[in-house]
Amino acid sequence: MRRRRTGRVVAGVASGLADHLNAPVFWVRAVFAVFAALSGAGIIAYALLWMFVPQSAEAEPETDEDRKEWQQAVGLAALGLGVAVFTGLLSGAASGWVTGPIAVALVGAAVVWREADEAQRRRWKDGAFGTGKKSGVVRAAAGAALVALGVGAFLVSNDSIQNLPSVALAVLATLVGVAVLTVPLWMRLVRDLDAERRARIRTEERAEIAAHLHDSVLQTLALIQKQSESPREVKRLARSQERELRSWLYGREVGDRPTTMSVAIAQTCAEVEDGFAIAVSQVVVGDCDLEDGMFALIQAAKEAMVNAAKHAGVGEVSVYAEIEPDKVTVFVRDRGKGFDPDTVPEDRHGLSGSIRGRMDRHGGQVRLRTAPGEGTEVQLEMPRKTEART
Amino acid sequence: MSVRVFLVDDHALFRAGVRAELDTITDAVEVVGEAGSVGEAVAGIAHHKPDVVLLDVHMPDGGGAEVLRQIRTKIPEVTFLALSVSDAAEDVINVIRAGARGYVTKTISSQELVKAVVRVSEGDAVFSPRLAGFVLDAFADRPGAAPISDPELDLLTPRERDVLRLLARGYAYKEIASELFISVKTVETHVSSVLRKTQLSNRYELSRWATDRRLV
Repeated sequence: MRRRRTGRVVAGVASGLADHLNAPVFWVRAVFAVFAALSGAGIIAYALLWMFVPQSAEAEPETDEDRKEWQQAVGLAALGLGVAVFTGLLSGAASGWVTGPIAVALVGAAVVWREADEAQRRRWKDGAFGTGKKSGVVRAAAGAALVALGVGAFLVSNDSIQNLPSVALAVLATLVGVAVLTVPLWMRLVRDLDAERRARIRTEERAEIAAHLHDSVLQTLALIQKQSESPREVKRLARSQERELRSWLYGREVGDRPTTMSVAIAQTCAEVEDGFAIAVSQVVVGDCDLEDGMFALIQAAKEAMVNAAKHAGVGEVSVYAEIEPDKVTVFVRDRGKGFDPDTVPEDRHGLSGSIRGRMDRHGGQVRLRTAPGEGTEVQLEMPRKTEART
Repeated sequence: MSVRVFLVDDHALFRAGVRAELDTITDAVEVVGEAGSVGEAVAGIAHHKPDVVLLDVHMPDGGGAEVLRQIRTKIPEVTFLALSVSDAAEDVINVIRAGARGYVTKTISSQELVKAVVRVSEGDAVFSPRLAGFVLDAFADRPGAAPISDPELDLLTPRERDVLRLLARGYAYKEIASELFISVKTVETHVSSVLRKTQLSNRYELSRWATDRRLV
């Protein structure tokens, strides 16, 4: 909600509220007037809204009805105030000597506050802390004088009331007067501080993004330009930079010790990509915490990827992992040379030791599908021990 | 007759690259136009009436999903294939639910891209391994899942699950067919059915899951 700047009569509170509630401004004003008549509640509400609702930063388009509306509004305000004063006098809750000075002080405060609104608008217009015009100073001074007069009159009239020490009352009244006069100042201070804090956060964010891009993307681009004769190296750099940027953008946790299966698999794929300059495309469905057998499973999968990178003679390996409540399955596949499992020499330990042995020790299973020219797929399956289902 | 293709991507450099690749490697597809913004795309597609639109997911003014929303009511016969660097499940699922017939990543090889374009132009769906993984995950039966209101749309059949798993493992349709002892035509039917379910299911998870899973 914003107070309006055009078509306002006192501070634009009623029209701003009407805009906010999508109601005719006449009714809003009428409600304020009625509540003002009820022992001044409307006046207090109006003052509070004036204080806490910032005025709109841009001027709204003027309308033809402004003149008529203005007269209507002034009429309503006068009616509300008049009835408030009249009922106050009739009921005897406030004697003329109390109500009168307070009303004068209120008018003075309104003049000062309005002047503060004007000053703020001038600052918006000039874009800086421009010095107020002379008329503005005169208006503010007149408002202050009115407040002082009201407070003074109130004190004089209350000399006859004997139940409070007059000195204490004088101090209290002065404090209230000063507080009322300086309200616009405090509000402005709070708002300016808030705006400044927001601007600072934005600047810091931007600086952090710039720093990150500089450290990562720009550096890599420079490296790529230097390495441009080596397509393998360029590809490796580009892949690893892409990975890094993605994890930064999409907020994936990056750390030395992964805590979930999907992160651990992503890290392992990244290590193979970096170490062997091939692309590892991975798809992971589901997720779970890293339980006992999972480290073995990931190590076995890594060995399968490394084998593919070394022997398959292709630039890409696909990894698919599915985490189900009772087991985790990982498929490592390449479309490369393939081989005949029966002719693998005894001294090659990769498949038998690193993969099969690891999986067996933890109760897992390995299946192998390959034939010369058909590519290779290693299927790893590890049962989940804990019954905790994620 | 070649497939008429329209490119939508806010990066001019990327459009030029795809256009050059498609023009040189094959006569099967022909690039008839391109656009760099949602407004240009809507006007260009209405004017050229291409067979297939290659659509970037991320653009200013609402992205690929917005182009889909504006065009599909006017010219329903145009098919869309989403092409993006985004790995965010939310974006991928959103553009599929807005009506794209498939999703491939920008790292796809030119030959694969041509195949994908021809395939969607024939009315099939194109699931990259990543999209297959996302859909499997979205339809997964998790604890606390929303109740199934329409089993016809809200559940995948075991066969569809098998096909998706093999797609996620990087299998081609022919390989899937021989693996499952079914015909390639049947594989295509399963994939189209999964696409329909992904687009039409009202299961609360589909959108919530995609939003939750901001990471890859």
